[in-house]
Amino acid sequence: METTTPSVENKEYSTLNLGPTHPATHGIFQNILQMDGEIIMSAESTIGYIHRAFEKLGERRPYNQITTLTDRMNYCSSPINNMGWHMTVEKLINCDVPKRAQYMRVIIMELARIADHVICNTVIAVDTGALSGFLYMFQWREKIYEIYEAVCGARLTTNMGRIGGMERDFSPEVIEKIRTFIKEFPVALDEFDRLVTRNRIFVDRTVKAGPISAERALEYSFSGPNLRAAGVDYDVRVMNPYSSYQDFDFKIPIGQNGDTYDRYMVRMDEMRESIKIIKQALENLPEGNFHADVPDFYLPPKEDVYSKMEALIYHFKIVMGETDVPKGEVYHCVEGGNGELGFYLISDGGRTPYRLHMRRPCFIYYQAYTEMIRGSMLSDAILTMSSMNVIAGELDA
Amino acid sequence: MSELLERLKEKVSNQFGEALIEGHMDYDFPVLVVAKPKIKEILAFLKSEGFTYLTTLCGIHFPDNVGAEFAMMYQLHSLERNERVRIKTFMSEKDIEMPTITDLWAAANWMEREAFDFYGFKFKGHPNLKRILNMDEMNYHPLRKEYPLEDASRHDKEDKYFGR
Repeated sequence: METTTPSVENKEYSTLNLGPTHPATHGIFQNILQMDGEIIMSAESTIGYIHRAFEKLGERRPYNQITTLTDRMNYCSSPINNMGWHMTVEKLINCDVPKRAQYMRVIIMELARIADHVICNTVIAVDTGALSGFLYMFQWREKIYEIYEAVCGARLTTNMGRIGGMERDFSPEVIEKIRTFIKEFPVALDEFDRLVTRNRIFVDRTVKAGPISAERALEYSFSGPNLRAAGVDYDVRVMNPYSSYQDFDFKIPIGQNGDTYDRYMVRMDEMRESIKIIKQALENLPEGNFHADVPDFYLPPKEDVYSKMEALIYHFKIVMGETDVPKGEVYHCVEGGNGELGFYLISDGGRTPYRLHMRRPCFIYYQAYTEMIRGSMLSDAILTMSSMNVIAGELDA
Repeated sequence: MSELLERLKEKVSNQFGEALIEGHMDYDFPVLVVAKPKIKEILAFLKSEGFTYLTTLCGIHFPDNVGAEFAMMYQLHSLERNERVRIKTFMSEKDIEMPTITDLWAAANWMEREAFDFYGFKFKGHPNLKRILNMDEMNYHPLRKEYPLEDASRHDKEDKYFGR
């Protein structure tokens, strides 16, 4: 790469290498910028710094072992990835999950969405200089992680749920924690809202920063809050309801300009809608089993393994990954924290997928980044990146 | 859902005749298998028919399928009508040149680079066809089936030990 590039007006641009490791980019992203003073004339992204070959690894692992790979994609909302993967396999094996498990999944997925949006929105505020909101709100992300911990024992890479349902029922402690959370979180969110949303500096920095029109966003296959901020009401939860999302009453917030401020506002409103969904799911949590009756995939209770032959065989087969699955091809998508997360799975009937392709939303929309920051200031480019919610783990797979 | 398949089959075969090889349902998804030379025209036609959103595309490798070792899969979505369709095309390993669809969908740029990176598809007309996730010095395409993940000298996971 040349250090300077002369232009037609005989100007010299300076090259700025932003990243791969730069404290302002919140992950491993490299962008080589051609700068005219502080204005970005052109940019080139390089990605792949934390590529871990998930699609190749997926071709070797048995179905129940792939969940841990999905944890490490969008690690800000890993339960959504886990559930998306379980639902893909359930579709392949034609397994109906009981209503109770579906509602439990909805509660977990919406909590994960809140955690994801909390990180994204507070980081936008940090990049405009408002650190205190970030510190206040991270306490609430911590409370969500405590709920995960009570549900499954893990915090960040959760490996939550199983093919066929959840690994265990919600304990009274979990229910209590969720109840407290949905009571207290909206208050804290309103406080954050008052602190940041109408703050003069914040508004000046974010309005019209990194905009994208609805047409361009669709050309670039945007999805999730970024697409909705541009004014397109596409949400997988409504378009192709999964896990009983059709039972709940919620709104899809949309923006108008597709700029950083709209992306922030869409996420703020989505958090409130998520709380509404959790409330409804918790109030109407059906009685019944928390997993489907699929002994080929769902681990039997430990006491049965020690005392019953049948359970021991199933346990062995699942743990050794020796369960056969039907042949077929499925695509299943869920509304992840940052867009349509899809799993395209080809099974040839063996113990592992024949081909596993993941539609990772930020891999697809991050390619628009260079276009979105062209002509803007360097400081806006940083802000645009954090408002797009690009997660390095998902980008590079 | 299958009436969508019938409708698409009729439309595409009216327009392109023999280029539509077959159509079937894979679970809830209508799938059209089309001939490679017409793939771009068919995708452009479907785009004009309302399938304006490119959900994803990827390559697939079937080394045992002699004469049609490679496949490309495209998934389109019509947001207005909420209909999805998957288009597949098969090709021989000697001829893995594909037309680029970056002029139809800007989003195809990185997706095609990914397919090139992992399978070696040559997308003719692509503005910037180079590796995206792997390093540039790599001289093979890692998702092809000839590169096993497992150590080749390892025999303890062979099917015969599990009665299959």
